[in-house]
Amino acid sequence: MGAILQVDQVYKYFGGVKANENISMTVTQGSIAGLIGPNGSGKTTLFNSIVGTHPIDKGSIKFEDKEVSALPVPAVAKLGLLRTFQQTRIYGKLNCIDNMRISAKPSRDNLFSVFSTIPNELNDKAEHLLSFVGLYQKRKLRAGDLSFGQQKLLELAMALMNEPKMLLLDEPTAGINPTLINGIINRLIKVNEEFGITLLVIEHNMRVIMSLAQHIFCLAHGQLIANGKPEQIKKDQRVIDAYLGVQ
Amino acid sequence: MNQKAILYLALLAFGIAVPFMFPAYKLQISIMWILVVLSLTWDVQGGQMGYNTFGNIMFFGLGMYICSSFQIGIFFPLAEWTASGGEKTFIHTPTQFFQGFFIGIIFAGIIPALVAAIIGYGILGLRGHYFAICTLGLAIAAGELAGGIELVGAGQGMTSPPWPKNIGDTELRSEFFYYICFVLMISTFLFLRWAYTTRFGLVLNAIRDNEDKAEAMGINTMRYKISGWVVSAFFVGIAGGLMGNMIGYIEPVETAFAGRTFGVFMVVMAILGGKGTLWGPVIGAIAFHIFKEGFWTFFLGWQYVALGALIVIVVIFFPEGIMGWLREKYPDRFGEVIDEEDRKAQVELK
Repeated sequence: MGAILQVDQVYKYFGGVKANENISMTVTQGSIAGLIGPNGSGKTTLFNSIVGTHPIDKGSIKFEDKEVSALPVPAVAKLGLLRTFQQTRIYGKLNCIDNMRISAKPSRDNLFSVFSTIPNELNDKAEHLLSFVGLYQKRKLRAGDLSFGQQKLLELAMALMNEPKMLLLDEPTAGINPTLINGIINRLIKVNEEFGITLLVIEHNMRVIMSLAQHIFCLAHGQLIANGKPEQIKKDQRVIDAYLGVQ
Repeated sequence: MNQKAILYLALLAFGIAVPFMFPAYKLQISIMWILVVLSLTWDVQGGQMGYNTFGNIMFFGLGMYICSSFQIGIFFPLAEWTASGGEKTFIHTPTQFFQGFFIGIIFAGIIPALVAAIIGYGILGLRGHYFAICTLGLAIAAGELAGGIELVGAGQGMTSPPWPKNIGDTELRSEFFYYICFVLMISTFLFLRWAYTTRFGLVLNAIRDNEDKAEAMGINTMRYKISGWVVSAFFVGIAGGLMGNMIGYIEPVETAFAGRTFGVFMVVMAILGGKGTLWGPVIGAIAFHIFKEGFWTFFLGWQYVALGALIVIVVIFFPEGIMGWLREKYPDRFGEVIDEEDRKAQVELK
């Protein structure tokens, strides 16, 4: 399998702050990759750079061999590279079904499709995906009334509704009660295996990331300090010093 | 037949019968339909999309000037008409009047819509307060600019073509404009009712709730924001054209770019009725117009005090407007199913 995402020597500065420095990483098509690192190490900045929230200062980002570092956010999303947010972002005053319906990729997308009707088939698909994340009973509630954890699940379902090729997940299990976490891990593995979506996951929960990811990248103070299989990462002295803590 | 259809038919019948039932109030009720249009179209931005605009009055004034300019300019030299002030040196024949009116109204919709597309491309990237302030500035600037153009009478204003004398009295005139206003209101309402069921409506709501998320999900939000403003400008422009004809005299700051009156009214009406709903702006506009006319008639001199008090009361006691208040009281009437079991249901993933 080839690479779906290639990040090549990316630099991003905010004034004097070196948020990302010389980051290079490759995510293989169809894999689950993890991104770990202490708070403020530049993980979310890297996500923002990849999806085009802000321009990068140097380097190149290729998605399916297409340069995306200069594209605006909606254009990158249309290519099939989606992200979810650490602080959930949902449409609070719309109910869950509407949240899902608006997330589907429209069949046509041009000036004349602004007033196109939303096909009814989407409702079935939305309900199916909502039950996939366990929110079927909540489907008629306003998304803003859901709890934080439920909103995280809704955000995942919304991303799936768009049928992306690759998903960047920013802490999918943060704020979710421990009994649900196993369920989420299973769901993410299913998403990867059944829907064929490549995943890149930021996660602080070591148990989650070690059992989920096949390849892990570790950032610290804006630099990539290690990458490899979970077992290698666990033993890597630099990662232990910077992040896991000396035991 | 269901309840909704009966309601719609009853309202339609009422609208058609008004000139016969309340002949003395034809002009007032025509203005009420105009206010409904202003409030409905303001709600596209302010309510559905969450972009508070003070600039929609700009399209109102623009439509007013464009409509009258076309009505006159097609048949007579416009500069001479405005220079003569109130003196009627040129008289429209009935055919000329109606041809001019028809063409004027069409352009009164199209040109503001184009202007909205161009300006919107420039400023709809602004968000929140910045957008509000920017549109406020544009609306004021538009009034000042219009007051400086000699061709349309500058600060002195211009008269719109008078009703042709030899086809009937002023009764016929007010009936004619009444029905045009009524048709405009119905078309605006039906168009928006349909538009809100399409992708357009859902995307506007998504922009209101979280624009960054909508972009992150691949929605070209700019396209929808501009489309929304174009729709508003089109209907507001036509409303302006009609208003200019009904009043008969266009003054740049007081009637055309009347930010202090109509510009504020459209915001108050939509909020009073309940922004972000279809019926809210309609109910708000009707309630507001009745309130306003009552005060203007019986407590002249106190009307702005009353308007201020109304704004305060609405903001404090009905922040969600009449519709929002009703929705809270009778959620089941609004199709909101509050199922306690569903609400309390545990999320389980196995």
